[in-house]
Amino acid sequence: MLNENQLMNKAFVNINKVSKSYGEVQALNDINFSVDESELFGLIGPDGAGKTTLIRILITMLLPSSGSASINGMDVVKDFKKLRHLIGYMPGTFSLYEDLTVAENLNFFATIFNTTVKNNYHLIKDIYQQIEPFKDRRAGNLSGGMKQKLALSCALIHKPEILFLDEPTTGIDAVSRVELWDMLKELKKQNLTIIVSTPYMDEAQLCDRVAFMQKGEVMEINTPQQIVEDFDTPLYAVKGNNFYNLLLDLRKMELTKTAFPFGDSIHLTTFEKYDSAILNDLIMKFTGQRTHTERINANIEDCFMEKMLRNEA
Amino acid sequence: MKAFGAFIRKEYYHIIRDPRSLLILIGMPIVQVILFGFAITNEIVDAKISILDKSKDAVTQEISNKILSTKYFLLSEYLEDSKQIAQSFKKGEIKLALVFEDGFAEKLHKNENPSIQIITDATDPNTAATLSNYISRILVDYQGQIALNSFTPGGIKVVTRMEYNPQLKGVYLFVPGTIVIILMLISAMMTSISIAREKEKGTMEILLVSPLKPFMIIVGKVIPYIFLSLTNAITILLLGVFVFGLPIRGNYFLLFFEITLFIITSLSLGIFISTKVKTQQEALLISLMGLMLPTIILSGFIYPLESMPKLLQYASDVIPAKWFLIMIRNIMIKGVDIRYILNETLILLGMTVLLMMLSIKSFKIRLE
Repeated sequence: MLNENQLMNKAFVNINKVSKSYGEVQALNDINFSVDESELFGLIGPDGAGKTTLIRILITMLLPSSGSASINGMDVVKDFKKLRHLIGYMPGTFSLYEDLTVAENLNFFATIFNTTVKNNYHLIKDIYQQIEPFKDRRAGNLSGGMKQKLALSCALIHKPEILFLDEPTTGIDAVSRVELWDMLKELKKQNLTIIVSTPYMDEAQLCDRVAFMQKGEVMEINTPQQIVEDFDTPLYAVKGNNFYNLLLDLRKMELTKTAFPFGDSIHLTTFEKYDSAILNDLIMKFTGQRTHTERINANIEDCFMEKMLRNEA
Repeated sequence: MKAFGAFIRKEYYHIIRDPRSLLILIGMPIVQVILFGFAITNEIVDAKISILDKSKDAVTQEISNKILSTKYFLLSEYLEDSKQIAQSFKKGEIKLALVFEDGFAEKLHKNENPSIQIITDATDPNTAATLSNYISRILVDYQGQIALNSFTPGGIKVVTRMEYNPQLKGVYLFVPGTIVIILMLISAMMTSISIAREKEKGTMEILLVSPLKPFMIIVGKVIPYIFLSLTNAITILLLGVFVFGLPIRGNYFLLFFEITLFIITSLSLGIFISTKVKTQQEALLISLMGLMLPTIILSGFIYPLESMPKLLQYASDVIPAKWFLIMIRNIMIKGVDIRYILNETLILLGMTVLLMMLSIKSFKIRLE
């Protein structure tokens, strides 16, 4: 039902056969998808997958080599002037003026978008309040998480209709990461469309829908729930004393499809389905160490790992 | 318009909050003028010379005395033999040697044109040329005197007058020159660096995504530097006038018009550089190597353009500083009005328009 509703909504962002190449290098290859209004959409993929390039095309900063894209019916190439009024953008690296104070940065970005901090204070209140005690401090002296909040405030101060965040959680601590996603969820409630890129696969489940990107292509677009449900490879968590040797040994076994360390256990996928006790015996016999094996449900990272490897092969 | 004001305020903060750079920007012109003023002078005082007088008569004695009585020369020794000349030079004791030929007075009275040989140490060619000039002038002077005394009719008297700068003061040369270098440095280098910094730090990306027009970004960038450059030009002029006694004979308004024009030319150059580079380092290198060196060498500030090979003379035509230097010297020292420097003004104006058009054309409204 949900999907049908989404189809009936007019898509807010439309990406149509977008490709981008830098000389020989194909950064994006035939990207097609759409994002609905007030959707929190994730671009997930490893470094070099083309996430930043795609975002830069959408924010009118890069021209696609071929194909077209539009936001709210406006073409990102032809109507770039109009679009620049309604886009909020937070680049991957902290790109505010470090020699200006927090308040000066915010005022500057409000003014160049022809508005004032007062007018739109309600938009950023929740976020900005956390850094307001430091408003006279120079932005260069803020911690990573506070910088991120300031950057987000500056990107939101002109009441954009769509917000682009390029790897907002790269290089900040775990607490700030959680806070940032909470903030995004709050913003979504105010009908803001958000497109966010991240190399962290666990963050995918915080999005409404994700596009999984690799080597310049979109491999899959789906809701995180659906991606997990669709995972049909048998998956087991294996624990052992000699973790590293166990990993190497597991990778040598013929029944093994993939084996990856995951926290305190190894996530093992196999070509065929096994009873966990039987599998455990097989593993103990092969590795010669005591192990514990159980069948588990896949989380989103397992799904992406599997997809990534499938594409590499 | 409000956005534009905010932009200029931001630039002002950038400049004011980097005290080290600001100190250099404001202090550099002062230090440069004082250094040039006191350290670099073309006047040579107390140069040691040797005299080899083969004639030893009243005339050679008189000429020697005349030369040694000036402040320019000091006698090292009288030589007896022409072999000693080379020795004195090698020892580095003397800058110049004078050789009077045999029977000097006798030949003079017989109208036979006796000769004096001037030998200089041309390891430093500028000094050598200046010293031999001094001697020639003294000799011409002396010739004039005896011509008068003997009531000999005829004979041509050469009168050289150094117009506008009779004492050949160096300050006339280096104050305009310093203005050129400082303005070039601040206007072109600082703007190119400051725009490159926005690119490097990623803030340019955000500015571009904003509705700010690219034209506003550029104009907002340069306005604070126009003021900074003007302040520096005034500081240098004041120092030149009050410390070194430089005259400003021309119209002040015209002078400031031309200075402002040159500042804008340099700014356009800076903007043009910034459209071509990605990092501050590149901007710095290109401004220094690509702008400062040609400006210093090919503007006529230090080396006279007339004595350069034709090819370099043509090359100097594209250096804005050359035209500016001609104008500013003419206005300050000769006191000419706009009619006499119209060509130069138009050339500079043309360069500015061209550079601006090129910059606007190559300013990227997107990345890449």
